[in-house]
Amino acid sequence: MSDTLYDEIQREIAKYPDRRSAILPALRHAQEHYGWLSPEALEAVADGLDLSPARCLAVASFYDMFFLQPVGEHVVEVCTNLSCAMIGADKVLREFERELDVKAPGTSADGRFTLRCVECLGGCGWGPVVSVDEEYEEHFKIEDVAPLLERLRSTSRPSESHA
Amino acid sequence: MPEAPTFAQPDANALLLPFAGSRREISEYEANGGYDSLRKSLDMTSEQLVDEMIASNLRGRGGAGFPAGKKASFLAQGLERYLVINGDESEPGTFKDREIILRNPHMLIEGIIIYLWMIRGAGAYIYIRGEYAKEAAILEGAITQAREKGYIGSPLPGTDYVANVYVHRGAGAYICGEETALLSSLNGERGQPTAKPPFPAVSGAFKKPTLLNNVETVATVPVIIGMGGAAYAGVGTEQSTGTKMFSLSGHVNNPGNYEMPLSATYRDLIEGKGGGLPAGRTLKAFVPGGSSMPILMPNQLDTGLAFEAVVAAGSMAGSGAVIVVDDRTCMVRFALRTAEFYMHESCGKCTPCREGTRWITELLRKQEAGLGTVEEIDLLLEICNRVEGNCLCVLGDACAMPVRSHINNFRHEFEEHCRLGRCSCPDDAPMSELYPPLLRAPLPMVHA
Repeated sequence: MSDTLYDEIQREIAKYPDRRSAILPALRHAQEHYGWLSPEALEAVADGLDLSPARCLAVASFYDMFFLQPVGEHVVEVCTNLSCAMIGADKVLREFERELDVKAPGTSADGRFTLRCVECLGGCGWGPVVSVDEEYEEHFKIEDVAPLLERLRSTSRPSESHA
Repeated sequence: MPEAPTFAQPDANALLLPFAGSRREISEYEANGGYDSLRKSLDMTSEQLVDEMIASNLRGRGGAGFPAGKKASFLAQGLERYLVINGDESEPGTFKDREIILRNPHMLIEGIIIYLWMIRGAGAYIYIRGEYAKEAAILEGAITQAREKGYIGSPLPGTDYVANVYVHRGAGAYICGEETALLSSLNGERGQPTAKPPFPAVSGAFKKPTLLNNVETVATVPVIIGMGGAAYAGVGTEQSTGTKMFSLSGHVNNPGNYEMPLSATYRDLIEGKGGGLPAGRTLKAFVPGGSSMPILMPNQLDTGLAFEAVVAAGSMAGSGAVIVVDDRTCMVRFALRTAEFYMHESCGKCTPCREGTRWITELLRKQEAGLGTVEEIDLLLEICNRVEGNCLCVLGDACAMPVRSHINNFRHEFEEHCRLGRCSCPDDAPMSELYPPLLRAPLPMVHA
C-alpha cells in the first residue's frame, strides 16, 4: 500500500466523528490510485480504515461510480435518462459505439475507452449530457463525438481527482 | 465542441438568483449583501430563528414539501447534533441545486452557517452526488473562502460558537437522495433506507440527532432572515410561499432552470419562460415534478406551481423538474424508460419494490416490442397497486405512480402496440435508437 493513499485516507477520517464515514472518499482515492477497485485496492482501503475488505466490497458494490472491474484509460458515460434520451442521447450513444466499435457497456479493443450509459446526471436542460472522466460535456451532439475522441486519444486519464 | 450550460435570465421576482451569471467569489457575494443575514442572525436566539422560519412557511424544496421551520423544531435536544444538506439531486429532470451551487455557492454556505448557529450544531455535511465533481470543488472553494473570512472554523463574531462545514461526495446511487438512505451512506453503510422511527431528528448522522434539508431549502434561509419570515410568506400562495427553482427540460424551446414565484402556473413556465414547444410540435403531456410524479395533460397547463395546486390536479410538485413531452413521443417507451430507471435504482431491500420494479419493466419491455397483451396492461396496473405504499421508502411508489398515469392517460397507445405487434411511431421518433427496430420486428402476439 502506498503511503500517499494511506495518508489520504487518514485525512478523510479526520473530517468525521466516526472513521466508517470515510469509506466513500477512501474508496474514491483508492480507485484513483489503482484505476479500479481491485482486490488489492479494497485491501488497501480496509487497512486505511481498519475495516474488513468484505465490508469495503459490500459498500463499493452498491454504488455506480466504483469500478469492480478494470476500465479503459478514459471513461465515457452517456446519460440516457428521459430528458436526454428525448433530445437525441440515444443517437449520441450509438455514434460512440460506432466510433469505438464497442457495445455499451464495454471497453474498446485497444483498452483506451470504456463506454457506458448512465442514469440522470443532472444536466437535463443542458442535454444531451456526456460525462468524460467525471467532467461534463453538455449540449452534446453527434458531430461532437469524433472530435472528443480525437482529443482524448492524445491524453491519458488524469490520476488525481478534479477537485 | 459542446457548449457550456446556459443560465436563464432572472425573473423579476427572483430571490435566490436575482442576477445573471455567477457570483462564486466571496468578494462578489459580500458586495451584494452576502453574509449580512448571518450577522443579523447572530443577534437572534435559536427560538427566534426557528420562529422566523415558521413565519416564512417555507416548505422543503427536496420533493416532499414538508414545512422547514416545523422540521427544525422537531430536532431532538442534545450536545452533539448535526446538519446534513441533501445535495444528492438525482430525480430525473432535476438540475436546480446544481445551478444554485454553480452560480451562488456562498448563499448555500451562508444558509448552512445560519442553520448551524440556530441548532448550535456540531457540524454540517453537504452530501453532494458523486457525479457533481466540479460542483463539489466549487463548494470546497467557497468553504475555504468562508474560513478565511472567519465564518467557518473560528468563533463567529461576538459568540463562542464555531461552525464546521464539510463536503461529502456520494458515489452514484439515486436512492441516497432518500433521507434515511443518505444517512446510511454517510454513516459508511450501503445506501439503503431504514425504518422510521427512529427519525433522523433523533438518530441520524453518526447516530446523533440530525436535521436534514435540501440544498435549495438551506440556500433560501439567508433570504428569509434578510427580508423577514412574514415578508417572505407574502410571496407565492398562502400554502406555498416564496419562489422556487423549476428545472425545465424535454421538448421545449428554452430549457433551463427558472426561479418562479409559487403563485405562477405551468403555462407561465412552459410557454412563458420556456418559449413553448419547437415549431410544428404540440404538447402531449408534461411531468410536473420529476419523473416519479404522475404526468399531467395539456388541458392542465393552467395548474398552479404551488404544492397544493399540483395535488389538486392529481400529481405532486416533487422536486420541481418539469419535462415537456411532444406529440411524437411514444408513451410506452416513455413509461419503459421511466420504469427501467427505478428498477436500476431500487436498493433491493423491500420485496415489493425489488420485484415490482423489475416486473413492471419486463412487462413494459414486452409492451414496447409489441409482444404484450391487453391483459398485461391490467396486470401492470395491478403490480403498481401492490408496490405502492408497501415499502420502507417511496422508490417503489416513484415507479408505480408515473407508470399508472402513463397507462391511464394513454391506454390507447398501449393497446395499439398490442394490436399492431410493434410500435407505430416513426423510426425517427424520440428514443427510437434506445429501443432499436430489431426488437420491434412484427412477431406473433402472446396471449396470457
